[in-house]
Amino acid sequence: MDEFILEASHVSYAYEEEGAAAVKDVSLSFRTGEMTAILGHNGSGKSTLAKLLNGLYIPTEGKVTVCGMDTADENHTWDIRRNAGMVFQNPDNQLVASIVRDDVAFGLENTGVPAGEMPARIEEALTQVGMLPFIDRGPHTLSGGQKQRIAIAGILAMLPRALILDESTAMLDPRGRREVFDTVERLNREKGITVIWITHFMEEAARCHRAVVMHEGQVAMDGTPQEVFSRVEELRRIRLDVPPMANLACLLREKGVNVPHHVMDVEGMAREVLKCRS
Amino acid sequence: MLKDITLGQFYPVDSFVHRLDPRIKIILTFAFIVGVFLGGTLWAYIPVIAFIYLAAKAAHLPIKMLLKGLKPLRFILIFTFVLNLFFSGGDTVLVKLWFIVISKEGLMTAIRFSARLVFLVTGASLLTLTTSPVVLTDGLERLLSPLRKIGFPAHELAMMMTIALRFIPTLLEEADKIMKAQMARGADFESGNIMQRAKAMIPLLVPLFVSAFRRAGDLAMAMEARCYHGGEGRTRMRVLKITKNDWIAVAVVAAMIVLTSLL
Repeated sequence: MDEFILEASHVSYAYEEEGAAAVKDVSLSFRTGEMTAILGHNGSGKSTLAKLLNGLYIPTEGKVTVCGMDTADENHTWDIRRNAGMVFQNPDNQLVASIVRDDVAFGLENTGVPAGEMPARIEEALTQVGMLPFIDRGPHTLSGGQKQRIAIAGILAMLPRALILDESTAMLDPRGRREVFDTVERLNREKGITVIWITHFMEEAARCHRAVVMHEGQVAMDGTPQEVFSRVEELRRIRLDVPPMANLACLLREKGVNVPHHVMDVEGMAREVLKCRS
Repeated sequence: MLKDITLGQFYPVDSFVHRLDPRIKIILTFAFIVGVFLGGTLWAYIPVIAFIYLAAKAAHLPIKMLLKGLKPLRFILIFTFVLNLFFSGGDTVLVKLWFIVISKEGLMTAIRFSARLVFLVTGASLLTLTTSPVVLTDGLERLLSPLRKIGFPAHELAMMMTIALRFIPTLLEEADKIMKAQMARGADFESGNIMQRAKAMIPLLVPLFVSAFRRAGDLAMAMEARCYHGGEGRTRMRVLKITKNDWIAVAVVAAMIVLTSLL
């Protein structure tokens, strides 16, 4: 197994109608089994980057490879998209069929999987996202979070090695958001599926292995979430929210309370503060 | 309120008729319609009525369900009946009242035409009540696929139907939302004459169309990301197989047609 499943080297991309590049000279490698958050403001180029990573867009400059295949090579287009599955933002606009079972089958039908193999793979995929009891329901009877889990199942049935989620929780309520994130995190942990989680929610990024911050089409920061969030001043400069605990740590350190800056949850912070007092 | 909308009028029970191959059911529906038109006398409608009754029983359909399909057609039915009754002409006069003349032939034609209309609608209802829209689409795609050779877009047509079925509830829900939003801004959808009401629909239709186009763009992207590249090399989840039951159904319909054309 190759160590890097997705690689972008010196990638630039400009939309035809706009002219200015949305992504400028980005080089990123994603390790197999890693869960990476990509953060950034609207227009930071993070969504464009996502679409470059599975061949929906072909870079105007540079090169993207998925499992060693160049996305610019048309012979590999379907292999690439099968291996790097993508889930989008709007839960309503990515389901195709009016019955869950048929929707999950859509990708399988497209890739020419024999009919005999389909039922088992559909049921397995739905089990993995905890939606098996809904197999005969219509998508319009489901909640946003459930629809996104169906969308994920539709990708999982194709047995992808990587999952790219382009702001897939942005339109969901807090409960649906947690539902979807927990599902993806579990898939990453248990199935070793590489995850690229594009978001503007800092709490979600804090739970990933790695955080990449995009700004104006370029990579502004790259490291563990703790490292990235400890750079509070820089994050503020590019107008990104700082997670509350990282912010608190920063303020405390300014006042001379020496708490570590990598604590993300309230309980952990409480413990650290108590430690400082004693 | 719009959430309760059922797609088509599928009556979800398990029965002999429900399990028939959708391709056979579509063909048989057309055969049934042709059969109805072969019948010339009123006697010919006995096997037709018997068949409808039998099919409804075999499909566990309440007769009421079947007749519900006629309700939207009641005006056309009355209109057809009255028109044929008064204006068919004919020699054997039954009733003569000032300028209204009802002849025996006219009465017969009126009954024949309305009966045919009723049979047509119930026959089509038998198909849509016992076949889910998804299965119906599948059956239609496979029935039409031989026509691909002469350039008929069978797969594309079926895909369009699938997507339409999927998005009808979504767009209805959205229309409802926009309507409420516009009403909150003082839009009036309910009063005025037809022209005024049609005009009032513009603030509803424009946002709805804009959003439908945006959805279409998103969906196209999502479909491509899921490896959709047209009908070539595509496999299907549903395996359609013609069984003994399908042949029994064919035999029953054939018998009905023969009886109808003989009587």
